[in-house]
Amino acid sequence: MKDNKITRRSFVKKAGLGSAIIGAAAVTGGLAGCSSKKTEKVESGPLGPIPTDKMTYRTNPKTGEKVSLLGYGCMRIPSIDNTSTRESDSAIDQEMWNKLVDYAIEHGVTYFDTSPAYCKGQSEKATGIALSRHKREEYTIATKLSNFAPQTWSREESIKMYRNSFKELQVDYIDYYLLHSVGNGGMETFENRYLKNGMLDFLVKEREAGRIRNLGFSYHGDVSVFNYLLENHDKYKWDFVQIQMNYLDWKHANELNKRNQDAEYLYGELQKRGIPAVIMEPLLGGRLSNVHEHVAETLKRRKPQNSVASWAFRWVGSFPGVLTVLSGMTYMEHLQDNLRSYCPLEPVTEEDMEFLEETAQMLLKYPTIPCNDCKYCMPCPYGIDIPGNLLHFNKCINEGNMPSSKQDPEYRKARKAFLVGYARKLAPERMADHCVGCRHCVPHCPQNIDIPAQLQRVDQYYEKLMRGEEL
Amino acid sequence: MLRKIRVTLAVIFFILITLLFLDFTGLAHKYLGWMAKIQFLPAVLSLNVIIICALVLLTIVFGRIYCSVICPLGVMQDIFGWMGKKAKKNRYTYSKAKNWLRYTVLGIFILALVLGIASLVALLAPYSSYGRIAQNLLSPIYLWGNNALAYFAERADSYTFYHKDVWIRSLPTFIVAVASIVILFVLAFRNGRTYCNTICPVGTVLGTLSRFSIFRPAIDKSKCVNCSLCVKNCKASCIDIKNHKIDYSRCVVCGDCISKCKKDAISYTSKRYAENGINEGQEKRTANTEKVSEEGMGRRSFIATASVLAASAAVAKAQDKLTDGGFAPIVPKEVIKRETEIVPPGAVGLGHLTSHCTGCQLCVAACPNKVLRPSSDLMTLMQPRSSYESGFCRPECTKCSEVCPAGAIKKIGREEKSSIQIGHAVWDASLCLPMVDNVTCGNCGRHCPTGAIEMVAVDPDNEKGPQFPVVDESKCIGCGACEYVCPARPLSAIYVEGHQQHKLI
Repeated sequence: MKDNKITRRSFVKKAGLGSAIIGAAAVTGGLAGCSSKKTEKVESGPLGPIPTDKMTYRTNPKTGEKVSLLGYGCMRIPSIDNTSTRESDSAIDQEMWNKLVDYAIEHGVTYFDTSPAYCKGQSEKATGIALSRHKREEYTIATKLSNFAPQTWSREESIKMYRNSFKELQVDYIDYYLLHSVGNGGMETFENRYLKNGMLDFLVKEREAGRIRNLGFSYHGDVSVFNYLLENHDKYKWDFVQIQMNYLDWKHANELNKRNQDAEYLYGELQKRGIPAVIMEPLLGGRLSNVHEHVAETLKRRKPQNSVASWAFRWVGSFPGVLTVLSGMTYMEHLQDNLRSYCPLEPVTEEDMEFLEETAQMLLKYPTIPCNDCKYCMPCPYGIDIPGNLLHFNKCINEGNMPSSKQDPEYRKARKAFLVGYARKLAPERMADHCVGCRHCVPHCPQNIDIPAQLQRVDQYYEKLMRGEEL
Repeated sequence: MLRKIRVTLAVIFFILITLLFLDFTGLAHKYLGWMAKIQFLPAVLSLNVIIICALVLLTIVFGRIYCSVICPLGVMQDIFGWMGKKAKKNRYTYSKAKNWLRYTVLGIFILALVLGIASLVALLAPYSSYGRIAQNLLSPIYLWGNNALAYFAERADSYTFYHKDVWIRSLPTFIVAVASIVILFVLAFRNGRTYCNTICPVGTVLGTLSRFSIFRPAIDKSKCVNCSLCVKNCKASCIDIKNHKIDYSRCVVCGDCISKCKKDAISYTSKRYAENGINEGQEKRTANTEKVSEEGMGRRSFIATASVLAASAAVAKAQDKLTDGGFAPIVPKEVIKRETEIVPPGAVGLGHLTSHCTGCQLCVAACPNKVLRPSSDLMTLMQPRSSYESGFCRPECTKCSEVCPAGAIKKIGREEKSSIQIGHAVWDASLCLPMVDNVTCGNCGRHCPTGAIEMVAVDPDNEKGPQFPVVDESKCIGCGACEYVCPARPLSAIYVEGHQQHKLI
């Protein structure tokens, strides 16, 4: 790949046409002969354009179909106020969403992952609209039997949810169907949600009928459910399993939270059985792109042109058992950056692996809250903006605005950044001090964060800053 | 010359004192707090002898310079008058003094002061009147400007400017402010200082003194050609050109007549000189303004506040979670009807505040916690009252006590504040979530800064189950932290009842 590249600067130099930059792209064909026969394309910047034919694909061992290494997560669809639909109450920006989907397909993305719960229940419909403008064989779709509210757990309601997905997505078969977020709430919840009502058996039958091409589950939380499902692999024949995997969770998920499993174990178990892994949270909801300044520095020093996020994508994509890597891309620049990482994938080396493990250890030193902004905890019945509170706290840590004492020379500046930023981000009644500790959110958190305890931590820090007390 | 000095000083005073009402950072109060304290009525109410003497002396020596320079309401009227003169030149005429009206109003004012009819005092007092206008009408404009800057600062990732909520703290007070400015605009636009020379009690008192002022403008009959240009430009309508007399009880020493006179027939000079007949009206003068800043301690007055309240928002009942994301709607908190109203620490008690406060709104403007708002009660209209729907009386904040020019809210320190009991928390079991919805909460107990709330298990056999608050009234200071963070909406299940008299605990 490197050999094929030629920067604009060197091209101009070689061609000896200092003044001919403008229009160079248009006359590439004519000039190619006199510069270098390796030159295929004149690049538009130091990084060049994103190729449309270089996507790295993996093969689904069951169907033999090619799956793009980058999968599009449809849980952060853009809204008309230029944020994502999960953040605001505004409507989905369908026009922008169509554009993003078109761009992704044009650059080789085939896998789209949604759910009846995403974007306050609007994701399937919007994604259906965007995708139905393309040929059915150009894309594969993944959706889920979601499990947020117990009132949807009856067989009748579940089948209604399943059938509705076909309608919203405007399809007559679903490529990848998942039991959503198994493990949250442990075996008991799992049994109530998927076993006792016969839904799992129902879905297996649907697969036999061809309306579901691949059946799998997404896993968070209690590992006993994960183990149970794999032990029964012979019975259910899982075609794929969706797990959370990234260079921080590989060896340190359990360290961060006792209830979580290291991704190394999860991936290993899937490999043993030859089950392809679909990866979620490759960036930990942005925590591996919005890293502490010092971490960003070391990553940038190693590859100045690559984004911080690209390291996480390259790392996880380098595992051969990974079928696709999901990323919820709200903005075009995120999509483009991720496409760069996989068009094609430049696998990480042994040294890179070690380097990223060191990076993971460095990240662990900063006392950020492991919130991925997935918003499964929301809405809080008491109106608290849970991720808003936690992420502001993280932001201040990552930007170095978290003084450890009043004697810190940066105390005043950091105090202002924390307090002003906090008031900007949140309405007063959505701040952490209004958390009553009802713990409704706790079972919903895929990261098993003790949310009320963390909100109290934010609140106490806020109070100390307000009072100007020693921290 | 006299006019130029007067205009310059007036503009400086006016801008700075307005800044006192607009600034929300506390910086202005640090450097300019004295400007509120040299206002006549606050000085009288806080029994600030030094300032009263200085103002009396200033008036006896130089005339009613106070009205032209120090009083922001006077300067505001001059601005309206200046607009009036732009619309129509030489618009004023001479009129006789309406002494019966002036002294009647003064009498009513003193009576209201003595009887503690705070609302009437606040209505008539000029400084309070201006405070209301600044707080209710200018402050929103200032804040919107600030918020526009904050909007850009946020996008530039700067923390220099930050957003401030603009809200009407009390509708009656807002209406009074609008009415005041409309009336004053019409009066001043057409006839200059009508209000100052008929209604204003401070004007009447100072006018009585300035009859005997040592320095004063005087007309040199020998030079005067009776063109009456001075009369047409006298905003106090106090030049009687027929008799070549000036009514010094109404003259605010603005110097307009001196600069208008084409014959140099009017000069600012000493009384004796003037009485002996002036020859050449050359005068020397120094427009002195006293800069005395003294802590006020006080005496009596009124005003107040109350609240119709645009409250913030809050939470609904636990709603079914079907999908991810989004916010639960929040029901705004309603203002709780309290048996005894709450006044901030430093106010000593309801009586002390009522008798000392001029209702200038400086404390209301300064309160960063959305606690203070003007009273709507007829007797104490526009005086500050505390309420905790949108914030609570934070332990580190003593802003209102720092800014009060009238000694109605005495200056207190942080440590002192945490031991002043201004009320106590009352619990309403019928609204409390652990009691009605069987959920765990304890938010009031967690946020009590004095540890006055103990959480007790509803079911003694289940210590970890829902708990209800037990208030130790001897420790509670009435700050309202519990009320503010209480999840029950629109009425908090724990709220503060005020105390008539504050006490140290």
